[in-house]
Amino acid sequence: MSQKTEKLIDKKGLRLDGRKCDELRPIKIEVGVLSNADGSAYIEQGKNKILAAAFGPRELHPKHLALSDRMVLRCRYHMAPFSVQERKSPAPSRREIELSKVIRESLEPSIFLEQYPRTGIDIFVEVLQADGSTRCASIVAASLALADAGIPMRDLVVACSAGKVDDTIVMDLMDTEDKQGTADVPVALMPNLNAITLLQMDGTLTHEEFEKAVDLAIEGCQRIHAMQKEVLKAKYVGVKEEEVEE
Amino acid sequence: MPTFFERRQLVTPGDLIAEGAYVAGENTYVEDNKIYASRIGIVEYENKKVNVVALRAFYIPRMGDIVIGTVVEVGFNGWTVDINAPYQALLRASDVLSRPFKPQKDELSQVLDAGDLIVAKIIAYDRTHDPQLTVAEPGLGKITRGQIIKVTSTKIPRVIGRKGSMISMIKQETDCQIILGVNGVILITGKTPEDEELAMIAIRKIEEESHTSGLTDRITQMLKEEKAKREENKNESKN
Repeated sequence: MSQKTEKLIDKKGLRLDGRKCDELRPIKIEVGVLSNADGSAYIEQGKNKILAAAFGPRELHPKHLALSDRMVLRCRYHMAPFSVQERKSPAPSRREIELSKVIRESLEPSIFLEQYPRTGIDIFVEVLQADGSTRCASIVAASLALADAGIPMRDLVVACSAGKVDDTIVMDLMDTEDKQGTADVPVALMPNLNAITLLQMDGTLTHEEFEKAVDLAIEGCQRIHAMQKEVLKAKYVGVKEEEVEE
Repeated sequence: MPTFFERRQLVTPGDLIAEGAYVAGENTYVEDNKIYASRIGIVEYENKKVNVVALRAFYIPRMGDIVIGTVVEVGFNGWTVDINAPYQALLRASDVLSRPFKPQKDELSQVLDAGDLIVAKIIAYDRTHDPQLTVAEPGLGKITRGQIIKVTSTKIPRVIGRKGSMISMIKQETDCQIILGVNGVILITGKTPEDEELAMIAIRKIEEESHTSGLTDRITQMLKEEKAKREENKNESKN
């Protein structure tokens, strides 16, 4: 970006919000927050606040989009007008359309699309407050919404970003680091199958730096995956405990 | 041939359940000789078969299932019915009229109109064709009275109970007729709205506590208490 007013990493190696280089922002996840959706999830990652809702599989409208050999996955990523400092027009921007596609493609490999042909799944991601790496947080929430909807999946999908800030490779970029840093590498992963479903790079990195960033992002993914599982299980733990008593 | 989860443990999609000579059952899949879960659920082993009893799922039509659906559209020679599944079902006019259908004479919307509820049986379904329904059997057809409640379709077996113990107990205690749609829709017809309400409370409770054991006894007790309470209230209002 235009000017670098302050250092992004101080002498002690701490970042603007006091995190270490390999530290995630505080994350809070909830599942099943919306009663009208088949499945839903809410995530807070630092100042990010994102809602995801999943519907389906259901009959696809308009019908001509239906495919005779598999389900169609549709995704809409949308930022609320109040999600950023200056009002964002609610109409879908170029960036939102692109992110919708990116999120859809990172979730597609995790779903058994061939099981219910001629139907469709809809995912709606609503960014209520944005603070960098929203595509990663959106993927985490959307994948949980799919699991909550009871859609058969190969694995949960987790995502985390890494990047280069002040010549250091750091995990989980926030807004200022994304804008003033030199590079951003978002990675989405199916952890149990150890398969990457999304890998992007924005900025410039050397080969070594890139590899280091990917490794760091994967480590972040693994940590978020543990939280994802915990949240999904927590919803049914009450049921389980009762069972043990009897 | 290790297994990584004990019986009745909770799994999430992608969890590796077993490796080696096991057979993948419900809500699981195999990759590289490893069995993974594909839904949130509870692990069950059945000899060499690994099942996951899903906690979140939707209804998939199967031939022979009794379902309760809503007519959503009156077509040229039949009806489109919403059966709470990914696919909409078709009900043919000749099936309902039990004679050949004559478009010049028969007005379909007078037989069944959009919004009508029906009990029907699935007679044909595969992945390339939408499910087809029939009402030409005793007990099937248009619903004229009673109350409808919806539960998750995975919980219908719990409402039935072991060898039908739960459902027959509720029928007996509440003096209601209950038809269970496998698609998660339940029809309750009783002599009075109070009886119907009682049955609804019981089914709601089963839905909430479906994964606990000793449920039938608890529901029986709850129904008895509830009935006693109502009796008391009635006597009080009389005095």
